[in-house]
Amino acid sequence: MSLLKRFTAGVLLASLAALAPAGAATAQTVVGVTATEIKIGHTNPYSGNASAYGTIGKTIAAYFKKVNDEGGVNGRKINFISYDDGYSPPKTVEMVRKLVEQDQVAFVFQTLGTPPNTAIQKYLNQQKVPQLFVATGATKWNDPKNFPWTMGYQPNYQTEGRVYAAYALSHVKDAKIGILYQNDDYGKDYLKGFEDGLGDAKKQIVMKQTYEVTDPTIDSQIVNLKNSGANVFFNITTPKFAAQAIKKAHEIGWKPLHFLNNVSSSLGTVLKPAGLDASRDLITALYMKEVTDPQWRNDKGFQDWVAFMKKYYPDGALDDQANGFGYNVAILMTQVLKQCGNDFSRENIMKQAASVKNFELPLLLPGIKVNTSPTDFAPIEQEQLAKFDGEKWALFGEVIEAVRK
Amino acid sequence: MAADSGAAAKAAEGGADAPAAARTAAAARSLRLGAVLVVLVLAAALPLFVSGFRLFQFTQVLIYAIALLGLNLLTGYNGQFSLGHGAFYGIGAYTSAIMVDRWGIGYGWTIPTAGLVCLIVGFLFGRPALRLEGLYLALATFSLALAVPQILKYFEDWTGGSQGIVLSKPKAPLHLPLTEDQWLYFLTLAVTIVLFVLAANLLGGRTGRAIVAIRDNHIAAEAMGVNNALYKSVTFGVSAAYTGIAGALSAIVVAYVAPDSFDVFLSITLLTGIVIGGFGTIAGPIYGALFIQFVPNWAQDISKAAPWAIFGLFLIGFMYVMPRGIAGFLQLVWIRLTRRAVSRSSNST
Repeated sequence: MSLLKRFTAGVLLASLAALAPAGAATAQTVVGVTATEIKIGHTNPYSGNASAYGTIGKTIAAYFKKVNDEGGVNGRKINFISYDDGYSPPKTVEMVRKLVEQDQVAFVFQTLGTPPNTAIQKYLNQQKVPQLFVATGATKWNDPKNFPWTMGYQPNYQTEGRVYAAYALSHVKDAKIGILYQNDDYGKDYLKGFEDGLGDAKKQIVMKQTYEVTDPTIDSQIVNLKNSGANVFFNITTPKFAAQAIKKAHEIGWKPLHFLNNVSSSLGTVLKPAGLDASRDLITALYMKEVTDPQWRNDKGFQDWVAFMKKYYPDGALDDQANGFGYNVAILMTQVLKQCGNDFSRENIMKQAASVKNFELPLLLPGIKVNTSPTDFAPIEQEQLAKFDGEKWALFGEVIEAVRK
Repeated sequence: MAADSGAAAKAAEGGADAPAAARTAAAARSLRLGAVLVVLVLAAALPLFVSGFRLFQFTQVLIYAIALLGLNLLTGYNGQFSLGHGAFYGIGAYTSAIMVDRWGIGYGWTIPTAGLVCLIVGFLFGRPALRLEGLYLALATFSLALAVPQILKYFEDWTGGSQGIVLSKPKAPLHLPLTEDQWLYFLTLAVTIVLFVLAANLLGGRTGRAIVAIRDNHIAAEAMGVNNALYKSVTFGVSAAYTGIAGALSAIVVAYVAPDSFDVFLSITLLTGIVIGGFGTIAGPIYGALFIQFVPNWAQDISKAAPWAIFGLFLIGFMYVMPRGIAGFLQLVWIRLTRRAVSRSSNST
């Protein structure tokens, strides 16, 4: 009898204990999370002009499958729902509303592109749905005061531009600067950071050239830049054009101090097509390990990634940096979910995303760590300069704390 | 085209038995009116059954229907091909967004203004384009579709460049107990009805006959005293105005505009819509709009790996089964059914 009594009391206590946090959580908003499942929403351009980025979504899906195979997060399996938005903002709005209103996801994660994210930012903040780790390098995502439900991920373009400006000013006397940039927000964001970094030295820019994504070649722009007499060249181009620019500059014998933006720092898709010899002495700022760079071949993080790719995403290319990118960000997301413990209210998910401390990701450069706080919604803010030595990116100098001013 | 040949066939039958044919026509007309009323009632009642994101999708269907009707006026009825109507859609959307965001004008005013702006742009573009026929005109309009997104980026002070312009969703006026989605749905529905009635009136009268005559044989039309040049450029203008109004509504409903929203693919999607819906029919744009809104989503549900391949299969399937579009197919079914019903009733009397 007493045994039974004790048993009943135990059950009562246990159920009370189980109920208490649940009761506290429902006072806040728990959507998309049950005792066995966490629903995450995502959009990606699997079709259209930007479909090269579609592989990021596939890598993330593959990583969450790995997490689920290993038992999930805090006993819950991740249900990753990903839709194609074709990089078209109205479609992103439609798909994200579907995710929030019909699929009832807990939050939206890694939506890709500046215009698509801009289109959904207001809606998600009004609905108080977290919009986590968006895949865009624009500067505006770190704005917790006005958009407390939106958080960026990668270092932004403006900071990177400032890093190059500082280097040029301290290393080249009588710098005459030539710039080639893609005529859109990405190009202009880099340009702004670079010009801000130059400050008064802005008048040393002797020529700015632009191109459109749809242009077949940029050869004439490079010839113009050479003829302008520039001895510093900031190359703000996407991979295909970056390879053309490096090759053309080499062919016509133009040897400026050549800054190549991080967007195009891949050995596999840019430097090799351009020619490794032509690429010698390029300078870039990195925050990730280049997956095609031979110096990481024996690195633990890199090897883990390769093993993961072979097992969970065998179709994915091992020379595509985007697959490394997706791997990193999926690991960060998993970490935030782990930090949530048993409280998966939207408030707590946001709170945990904003309290990541010195977290290392396998494909970040050594020494670069993820840090967020309630006033800092820019997870990765460190970069390191590297010079191409004909074979690999040779890192030099310190890790730069590229905090937004 | 389908409507006209159907009517012609009926008229030919009428030669044999005039009163019966008149009765048939009257019966068919009242049946058709009934069908339209049923659709209208269903459309008005839709917010009772669906909400939120579904309603947003249907609002987009209505917007597409307006744009498709505009394109159908030009391509289906007047025989001028356009691969550039996405450009007018974009111009309309930006007209609305700039007026609301930069000048603080009420969004309601931006809808007719967008129509007017596109009417003028379309008319002016239509004048020189008159010299171009068929494929050449298609190419000229295609260049417009290519150019507009870049031009939008160029005037950054007004358009916000490639970052676009973020708008606020309007609330229902006069304290109507409607959500934002419901209000925007009813607003769009009202605009849609007005524009469809206007188009039906335009096409049913003298002007409509002139527009169609130019398509069927422009030399004969000219000989009958139709001013080809004027009619063609006015049709171009009106068509652009319709599409521009659709664009303005989309800016208000999506609450965001960016050059990426109005790329070449949009123009091609619109052309797909009128062909699938039914070339040269009034109802076609509605079916076409349903198609271009929902079929890509279904394709994605069927296969994540190759949604556009699935979409392509749908497209081929539809064209194979319904070579004159959904509207043409339904018309055929309709004629068969009514003819059988009428012959049965005339046998019994």
